[in-house]
Amino acid sequence: MKVFKSVGAWVEDRSGLFRFIRPILRHKVPYTDWKEGWWYVLGSAVLVAFIVQVVTGIVLGTNYVTSTSNAYESLNYISHEAPFGGLMRGMHYFGASAMILLIGAHILHVFLIGAYKFPREMNWLTGVVLLLVTLAMGFTGQLLRWDQTAVWSVVVAASMASRTPFLGNQISQFLLAGNNIGGATLSRFFSFHVFFIPGIIFLMVGFHLYLVIRNGVSEPPRRGVVVDPKTYRKEYHDLLKKTGVPFWPDGIWRDAVFAVLQIGLVAALALFFGAPELGRPPDPTLLEAYPRPDWYFLWFFSVLALIPAQAESWMILLGPLFLFALMFLLPFFANKGERAPTRRPWAVAIAGLVFIIIIPLWILGEQAPWSPKLQAQPIPAEVVNSSDANVVAGSQLFYSKGCLYCHQVGEYGGQRGPNLTAVGSRYTEAQLITRISYGGNGMPAYGPVLKPEELGKLVQFLESRRGRDNTPTYANTDSKEQAQVTNNK
Amino acid sequence: MSSENIINTRRLPLSEDEPITDSSKEDTIDALGHEDEFLEYDPAQDTPEALSRRKFLSKVTVILSAAGGAIVGIPAIGYLIGPLFISAPEVWRAIGGITDFKEGETKQVAFEDASPVPWSGVAAQTAAWIRREPGDKFTAFAVNCTHLGCPVSWVPGAQVFLCPCHGGVYNKDGTVAAGPPPESLAKYPVRVVNGRVEVKATGIPLAGGASGGA
Repeated sequence: MKVFKSVGAWVEDRSGLFRFIRPILRHKVPYTDWKEGWWYVLGSAVLVAFIVQVVTGIVLGTNYVTSTSNAYESLNYISHEAPFGGLMRGMHYFGASAMILLIGAHILHVFLIGAYKFPREMNWLTGVVLLLVTLAMGFTGQLLRWDQTAVWSVVVAASMASRTPFLGNQISQFLLAGNNIGGATLSRFFSFHVFFIPGIIFLMVGFHLYLVIRNGVSEPPRRGVVVDPKTYRKEYHDLLKKTGVPFWPDGIWRDAVFAVLQIGLVAALALFFGAPELGRPPDPTLLEAYPRPDWYFLWFFSVLALIPAQAESWMILLGPLFLFALMFLLPFFANKGERAPTRRPWAVAIAGLVFIIIIPLWILGEQAPWSPKLQAQPIPAEVVNSSDANVVAGSQLFYSKGCLYCHQVGEYGGQRGPNLTAVGSRYTEAQLITRISYGGNGMPAYGPVLKPEELGKLVQFLESRRGRDNTPTYANTDSKEQAQVTNNK
Repeated sequence: MSSENIINTRRLPLSEDEPITDSSKEDTIDALGHEDEFLEYDPAQDTPEALSRRKFLSKVTVILSAAGGAIVGIPAIGYLIGPLFISAPEVWRAIGGITDFKEGETKQVAFEDASPVPWSGVAAQTAAWIRREPGDKFTAFAVNCTHLGCPVSWVPGAQVFLCPCHGGVYNKDGTVAAGPPPESLAKYPVRVVNGRVEVKATGIPLAGGASGGA
């Protein structure tokens, strides 16, 4: 025992480590009760998530091959053959989602309890930078999967960037490392994902934590207690003196409990569901592709489908810029006053609005009704439900001519255009012929593509589509709205 | 020395007016009773010569550090944005004989990029849609949707190109039929040499049009 003591004393004498760390561990934080205290774990939970990403990322890097010809195979090897490979890749995957979710929750908490107000504006600003670089990690990480979706995601990113005024093509070529997907593209994203961005994260996390210690952990908000920059520091100091508790162990034990649960959940998800299977191989000549971003960008994918074309370039470039500008500016125009959410209806409304906007966009992005369903299966006989040879032939044309990619009949087909399950009760024969031949309303003209007898069979098939209601109504001669309504069902 | 003291000597200023000071006697002594070696220099004790010498040395240090940073930083940034300085060579790639393409049909082809690196593997390949009109008139469409670059598929039954991402639709001549695409499909230069059809490998067409085809 004596030996340990003298070794410890020597290390402390030469390093001063304990003297440096002890005041940090023992610094006083505001007392929080059971109900408020657990919300304060979110910040440390993000850090824990990041550490999980660093550890799993480092070990994945020992097998991952940063080459466009081998990355896909090396990932398949990691997922299926390397001991613990599936677990590590799964944890890296679910850990990434955990980190982004927890950052979101942390920001929301800090925003709702007004913890970003004086004197913690810099805490907030460094946090926004950390959000940005974490999203950059998510995007670059998705690309390192280097399957078909990853390849087309790079192309999509380059296409978006190319809309930047003046420097668009330069930025695209910087991302692609040339004017095309190639051997250099992947290495570049690997370097960003593994060296550059984590370096920034380490620096910013250090700064962020320093600020947490320097400015102190915010006290739980109380109705009527306002932040006044002139007196706040003294009030905070008095509060700590009177009722503050040491960060170790009064504060940190909850962090530890949450950390174990969080890491356990990530590991359990990885164990039970495993790493997600890769998509098809990264061959740019395989054109049957359905590139979709990971869930945290899926809502933006929906935005890009739904906004009018004229506003699009603005939205792609200025939309995200505007959102982050708002976040950066927040502590400059709202850094004093009430902190309690019950006294800040605007703050609660803004937070609620974010959910109201993003959740439907998420759901839409998952369904992507605007995308033609290129993998649609032919309509089976029981759905066609007719002994008329022309109707049956029409149903086959409906598939072979590609109508089914965009139009749904029963459960079959895409949702790009109106649902035609009951089109026969809405459109007359003449209306159908006109619409098919000349298109319109977002539908191409099929007149030049169809022979007259093909058109006839197709129309007979569609006329036989009456849905449940078998009586023709023809109520709406201008059928645009009707088609729209049916489509939205 | 109690932990309470350590905390209190490192306290923050209580108001905006109060300067940050923590130079009480205890604070310069560490937990083991050693004097803190971090004693701050006081310019007031300097002679004028020493002061001007220190000012000069400060400037020298800053300038030299910046110079050192520039020596490693500028070429490093140059390396990083290197792809912008490389102009891809003009390369025509053969994609088949004239008879491989039927009149009035649109067919997918693949060809190698202009300057692939040895480890590219399959990433060096680019796809295109070739349409042959009656006669020897060929058109090579880039597969990238002009909306956001996703790969469009040719649907022979409907004679349209469809984009799987946001549902862009193009006619057989590449013009926009429906959906969000802002312009027609880009085209690569294509020519027929001695019965062989060749496409110029110009990379992914981008909105600015610098690397896109004709």
